[in-house]
Amino acid sequence: MSSAIPVGDSHSEDHHDLGFIRTYIFSTDHKMIAKQFLVTSLLFLALGGMLAAMIRWQLGFPGQPLPFNLGAILPDTMAPGGIILPEFYNSLVTMHATFMVFFALMPLMAGVFGNLLIPLQIGADDMAFPRINMLSFWITPVAGAIMLASFFVEGGAAGAGWTSYAPLSTSGEWTGVYLGQILWLVSLIVLGFSSITGALNYVTTVIAMRAPGMTWFRIPLATWSLFVTAWLLLLAIPILTGGLILLLLDQTIGTAFFRPEGSGEPLMWQHIFWFFGHPEVYILILPAMGFVSEVIANRSRKPVFGYHSMVVAIVAIAFLGWVVWGHHMFQSGMNPFLGMSFMATTVVIAVPSAIKTFNWIGTLWKGDIHFDTPLLHAVSFVALFVIGGLSGIFLASAPVDIYLHDTYFIVAHLHYVLVGGSLFGIFAGITFWYPKMFGRMMNETLGKLHWGVSFIAYNLAFFPMHNLGVQGMMRRIYDPNQYEFLQSLQSTNTFISKSVFVFVSVQVLFAINFFWSMRKGKKAGDNPWDSNGLEWACPSPPPHGNFAEIPIVHRGPYEYSYPGREQDFWPQNEAPVESFGASTKPEHKPGE
Amino acid sequence: MNLSWIMPESVSTFGPALDNLYYVILVITGIVFVVTEVVLVYFMIKYRHKEGRKATYIEGSSKAEWIWTSATAVIVMALAIYSKGIWDEIRHPDMFPENAYELNVTAKQYEWNAAYAGPDGQLGTSDDIMSRNQVHVPVDQPVIVNLQSEDVIHSFFLPQLRVKHDVVPGRVWPIWFEATQTGEFPLACAELCGLGHYRMGGTLIVHSKEDFDSWLSEMQIEAEDDE
Repeated sequence: MSSAIPVGDSHSEDHHDLGFIRTYIFSTDHKMIAKQFLVTSLLFLALGGMLAAMIRWQLGFPGQPLPFNLGAILPDTMAPGGIILPEFYNSLVTMHATFMVFFALMPLMAGVFGNLLIPLQIGADDMAFPRINMLSFWITPVAGAIMLASFFVEGGAAGAGWTSYAPLSTSGEWTGVYLGQILWLVSLIVLGFSSITGALNYVTTVIAMRAPGMTWFRIPLATWSLFVTAWLLLLAIPILTGGLILLLLDQTIGTAFFRPEGSGEPLMWQHIFWFFGHPEVYILILPAMGFVSEVIANRSRKPVFGYHSMVVAIVAIAFLGWVVWGHHMFQSGMNPFLGMSFMATTVVIAVPSAIKTFNWIGTLWKGDIHFDTPLLHAVSFVALFVIGGLSGIFLASAPVDIYLHDTYFIVAHLHYVLVGGSLFGIFAGITFWYPKMFGRMMNETLGKLHWGVSFIAYNLAFFPMHNLGVQGMMRRIYDPNQYEFLQSLQSTNTFISKSVFVFVSVQVLFAINFFWSMRKGKKAGDNPWDSNGLEWACPSPPPHGNFAEIPIVHRGPYEYSYPGREQDFWPQNEAPVESFGASTKPEHKPGE
Repeated sequence: MNLSWIMPESVSTFGPALDNLYYVILVITGIVFVVTEVVLVYFMIKYRHKEGRKATYIEGSSKAEWIWTSATAVIVMALAIYSKGIWDEIRHPDMFPENAYELNVTAKQYEWNAAYAGPDGQLGTSDDIMSRNQVHVPVDQPVIVNLQSEDVIHSFFLPQLRVKHDVVPGRVWPIWFEATQTGEFPLACAELCGLGHYRMGGTLIVHSKEDFDSWLSEMQIEAEDDE
């Protein structure tokens, strides 16, 4: 590979000097912290998936005992005789979303890739504040332990939905969940500090620690999206934390911020929650958009189509994310005059989303597409994000939302964005940067098999949910058969559940591939994908300190198949060759 | 398996307008969906790696980007304006019908209690007529329902009337609809409200005008008998 940088051994010696605890547990190395986030958040992802499977068991086979004698493991307060109780079902729904959003997707996006990619892609030796970075990771197992503990306290885990609408969430009187709801609040308040400290680091690092020549418009799109996401975290998480503290006070010392008896305002909670919640949606999707841009450009051997507008679109989505929260509240009792304002701002998001989608397709156009696992996941992201985006238009239309709000249509929509979008984006990211993290390639056969079965099972599971919504089936319903008009939907529900079981089970292939390849995978060179980014200019895995000497950046990150060059890639740090007979064009400097 | 994109039959005056809007969006998004996915798959096949293929160096095209940006903007803004008309028809306070029959629906875990004006013609007085988990209304006459909750947030959902509105404790929220067919239609709670949320169902019973009046007087007689 064409790494222009000689790599010394001095840093890797430091690495050994630190000893086991400082290297693997209380590490300040951004790459080790990324791996720690990776392992913990994949575990939470697996837990969230199991909770989803239990939800789907109840919906697919209502009132039947759980299979594999799971009933024997679960206490009678959850599933006596293996039959899920309604209150446990509500906890499942709540905790599935909570673990997936806060403990799986957010740390996978920001914790793993923010840590791994930002310093490597901008040519820095580590984060701006390595110790705060370590703190950011170590807060998450604490918060996770509190959240997990809530399953085992009297009354069970929180069951008021991940949105925890007041006043349902303000008192155990309404749900039978007392301590569980408090632990839920405390856990998320604690976890917020992880996001804030992490985000502070990412923002500072990108602003202050870019290598010479790394101008704003030479920053790879993964780092751009992580940088913008970090701003969203920094601004949105304190709003959530504030709201959570008020709710905790309502719960514990009898204040009435959100309780109507005492002249509190339940809708105020919804405003606070969604003012955080909508930027949160973009926190969960923007980084994936960045990974997908990198993978599609690299595997098509072409520059990203419209790099500048891709950056502008990321920033535009982030800004618009702050002025659309009311679309979650069209049917809540918000002033109907606000309907048009929030409808207008919401549909405008279609514009930057369309720019991104068409530019990804434009990147594939006239490319030389290599069908490796990362590309398959990245293109799946595009295909599924299109569905999630288009279904959003139905919900953005306030009158249509009257009918579809709180039905399975919204469940389909959000899962197309957060699983079809975010999760496939994460798989694209993990499979693409795995060799950089672990120095070995993942197995392609296993990778493709995992992708193929996942893609098919995923669509069979989630696409029919649109139809359930159109038929009027409400979400968060323990047993739809209670309603005569929903009874005819049981066969669809059973089919969806079986597809979910396949989708969840096939993730075992990913886990096998993930751990097997760590030891047995083919050794990866520094730059196995013939890529341009600085992260490929250091060894795989990079030593403590990353670069032997800070690289100098000469061009943008997507100079693939540049005319007149023999190689179809052109690393950002490769020194330009002084005018050289055949080339009549001046050196190309995109984005300056 | 029910994989239909057709909404259940609507039985309210604004139902057809709302449904039309849904179908317009369905057609537009359907076309965009098919075209985008076909192009995506076509490019994947056409430009797949083969020995000797070299990608063409293209950084973008401002013209193409302007076209798809403005096309998207025009379509979605048109949809928003179209939506606003129907939204106002249903929710604008000035558009509430004048000659409506008014009743109260009070939600609590896990039931719906409807109250109708008794002999004094006034709602909210002691002679109100009550019905539990049944909401009786006359056909072809606008109805205003004052939604209230005694405990947590519920959501008053009449799928076939295209009516859904949260019921928030601490406030009274009026909504209106006009049924166009007699018969019984499902009433559901659409907002998670506790462990019995899934069984917080009821029935909307739409009577002909005469039937509705006779039902009301029957209920009055029953109430008097009880006293």
